[in-house]
Amino acid sequence: MSAQPEHIEGNPEKRDGRDAGQTDESRLNRLEGIGCARKRREDPRFIQGKGNYVDDVKMPGMTFGVMVRSPYAHARIKRIDTSRALALRGVIAVITAEELKPFKLHWMPTLAGDVQAVLADGKVSFQNQEVAFVIAEDRYIAADGAELVEVEYEELPAVVDPFKALEPDAPVVREDLAGKTVGAHGARRHPNHIFTWEIGDKDKTARAFDNADVTVKQDMLYPRVHPCPLETCGCVASFDKVKGDLTVYITSQAPHVVRTVVGLLSSIPESKIRIISPDIGGGFGNKVGVYPGYVCAIASSIVLGRPVKWIESRAENLTTTAFARDYWMSGEVAATRDGVIKALRVHVTADHGAFDACADPTKWPAGMFHVCTGSYAIPNAFVCVDGVYTNKFPGGVAYRCSFRVTEAVYLIERMIDVLAQKLGLDKAEIRLRNFIRKEQFPYQTPLGLEYDSGDYEPALRKALAATGYQELRAEQAARRKDLQAEWLLGIGVVTFTEIVGAGPSKMCDILGIGMFDSCEIRVHPDGSAIARMGSMSQGQGHQTTYAQIIASEAGIPSSVIQVEEGDTATAPYGLGTYGSRSTPVAGAAVARAARKIREKARRIAAHLLEVSPDDLEFDLDRFVVKGSPQQAKSVKEIAWAAYNNVPPGMEMGLEAVDYYDPPNFTFPFGAYICVLEINRFTGESKVRRFYALDDCGTRINPMIIEGQIHGGLTEGLAVAMGQELPYDAQGNVLGGTLMDYFVPTAVETPVWETDFTVTPSPHHPIGAKGVAESPHVGSIPCFTAAVVDAFAHLGVTHMTMPHTAYRLWQQCQELGLSKRP
Amino acid sequence: MSNKRMVSFKLNGQDTDVVVEPRELLIHTLRERCAHTGPHIGCETSHCGACTVDMNGTSVKSCTILTVQAEGAELLTIEGLARGGTLHALQEGFMQEHGLQCGFCTPGMITRAYRLLQENPNPTDDEVRYWIAGNLCRCTGYQNIVKAVQYAARKLRGATP
Repeated sequence: MSAQPEHIEGNPEKRDGRDAGQTDESRLNRLEGIGCARKRREDPRFIQGKGNYVDDVKMPGMTFGVMVRSPYAHARIKRIDTSRALALRGVIAVITAEELKPFKLHWMPTLAGDVQAVLADGKVSFQNQEVAFVIAEDRYIAADGAELVEVEYEELPAVVDPFKALEPDAPVVREDLAGKTVGAHGARRHPNHIFTWEIGDKDKTARAFDNADVTVKQDMLYPRVHPCPLETCGCVASFDKVKGDLTVYITSQAPHVVRTVVGLLSSIPESKIRIISPDIGGGFGNKVGVYPGYVCAIASSIVLGRPVKWIESRAENLTTTAFARDYWMSGEVAATRDGVIKALRVHVTADHGAFDACADPTKWPAGMFHVCTGSYAIPNAFVCVDGVYTNKFPGGVAYRCSFRVTEAVYLIERMIDVLAQKLGLDKAEIRLRNFIRKEQFPYQTPLGLEYDSGDYEPALRKALAATGYQELRAEQAARRKDLQAEWLLGIGVVTFTEIVGAGPSKMCDILGIGMFDSCEIRVHPDGSAIARMGSMSQGQGHQTTYAQIIASEAGIPSSVIQVEEGDTATAPYGLGTYGSRSTPVAGAAVARAARKIREKARRIAAHLLEVSPDDLEFDLDRFVVKGSPQQAKSVKEIAWAAYNNVPPGMEMGLEAVDYYDPPNFTFPFGAYICVLEINRFTGESKVRRFYALDDCGTRINPMIIEGQIHGGLTEGLAVAMGQELPYDAQGNVLGGTLMDYFVPTAVETPVWETDFTVTPSPHHPIGAKGVAESPHVGSIPCFTAAVVDAFAHLGVTHMTMPHTAYRLWQQCQELGLSKRP
Repeated sequence: MSNKRMVSFKLNGQDTDVVVEPRELLIHTLRERCAHTGPHIGCETSHCGACTVDMNGTSVKSCTILTVQAEGAELLTIEGLARGGTLHALQEGFMQEHGLQCGFCTPGMITRAYRLLQENPNPTDDEVRYWIAGNLCRCTGYQNIVKAVQYAARKLRGATP
């Protein structure tokens, strides 16, 4: 005992769980386990300016790369002259597709089964497409060099509208696919057609529509937006020509996937590739893919044998690396006169831009759009999605959501409101009439998903009570009657169900790799521990929350647990962090690895106490002999013994690794209410109140959950009220700076109210479901619902996002509301 | 290359000389020559505020200041806020109130809030929001940042934070 070192971090109190005078409560508090709002372990470095983001990485001999980009959306490249750039002092090299061809790196595979030009191969297909890459001694010279690269273009007609793209004489976006009538997801019926994806029973759904009392139809656009994390994308690639090792610091939400892709592209074995995601300044889906800038930096470093840094500018970020949405949806609902929904039918025209680079599980080209039956017991449904090429930049990432879930939730939440308005039903009441009931879980949807758990009605009733919904409706009725009222009042109600935690490997893979995730835990002799993860935080606080899971499961205080992510040289293979998969998948791996530690610790404790393992029970941070509480061994004591006194036949050490392949997705849900006012003379809008009730199952750290919800709601506000990347007819992107692209400031952002219920996931080891994307997914339709509701009494059923002051004013104009008396 | 200039300023109290081209931006000088990587680059167009530093008692966005403009200036960055191993009340407040997530905006945000509290030690929540409107955050929704600034304001006024 005396040889046992004390923990050096945290409270210096004696840490033996058996000490007299230590209450169970103080031991519990010291663990800082699941449910504790512990402060974040990440914060000390960030608040002192000591974060280590990719642009902070500096290496000896490092060079800097800048991309030369196309000013045209669609053009043939007649000639590229790099001689003036190469003549500039400090420019080291300029690469074009010609230089990459010998290495077969001028094209790369996308996650969606398509290929994408790394540097334009004879033709550009979107504005700002990558044409050449200039490498120089510093970033100023590289920028000068990029200016000196002369490119001669022959402009071609561009197509930016996905419907026009499918017309017979439309310009062909992808000549490289000429004659290919079958793509990665089946038949292509037009040179600009990528795939048709159908799910559900078409005939049965059609019959339900034929026999319905009431049907409604609504077309809606989910505009093209961008996740716009505050840190843009970038990397530092460093190839050691002597050792043949490649190290890449990169802004990646999925470093292991990047390693596999780089291995495929470069033919360097994965064992000689080290991908390091350092601190990441926000991702929101933007940092999942592999982009031409990364490939150019890596290729240049392999050729030059010097480190190459590439950091994109904000304009490059907003116009080239991964848009989201751009879904043209058409929904139809069949229902009874009482508002009970009998069928849902959806068609989507999905604008994927010039290359199909959507980040979706391989088998699902529209992601998990088939969660579009929402929280409602809809017996029949059919969905058809057509993917289309246009002269716009590639992407189709999940902006703070699981793959295409924001689109799906928007569709169903809008449709149920449209139905309510048609039937003259209250928007809360129609939801209560259609909810999947608690006893129906696990619930099989008509589109093939199995919802794990849910309890929707109490959540909505709690939300209605908390916001005084009936009073709000009464206030609205009075306001509508008051012809002098300057402000219109709209109330949005949304009861969404998300699908997160991709996912079961039988359904979900990326490049053939199942979407499991992983955790490795090593407990050191002093009882402290390190956990290494396949996931990658971009601000979610994994270093804090994973430690809490281990604390509760293995009895090791959070304060002495290190959590490491993002370095493929040390972490077990994982699929990364996006689609709210960290808690549902990696978090489950953490819990299971910690349980393996606990079970080995139990056997060591039994050996030390000379009892059978079955005679022991786990008590917070120790094992106690049943019926004999004075006989106990703390986990800390057991950790020491693991390195000197284990039972005969047992391996030394206290380590565990777990690769978790989830049996199902998780299905968080929520009930949101937005109260919003619109000035009918100016179109100005004000969020008076936003109440968000989230149910993410077991809550690991309430402080972090609340922070994630605030952030998600704010991003939802951004999308609904202002974000859009519009294009003109020539294919010029019009939203490429923060002057044009809306990011809310503290002034536009309202104060959020959060609340919760707890319905654990039955299949997750600790019952947790994931939370960070729910507020984005749920709030966007809620803002639209509130905006439309302000005009609903005048017959308006839908309005297209973003709901800017100008557009709201236009709506007021159209309805004759903006004329001053 | 012959057009380089020597520029002298005080950086977090330290006399500092750098030799730069006249076109070099202050953010690049701070980050790449002075090893002060706390201030970040988020847009290079003065919109996001990640590069905010304090120059002669005023907040500036160092991505749109030329280093030669800093001749003789007193510069304060996030690295200069903690004194003698003790965090500034703002740094403490951001941690206590969960005022950060990815941390990328945090140095600029705290430096801006520092300037606010120098000029208005007892701001209302709305005043805090107005003062930080030039600093974008994509993670927090600002609510906890406001709380963090108020935590610091209370502490600096000698009240219970």
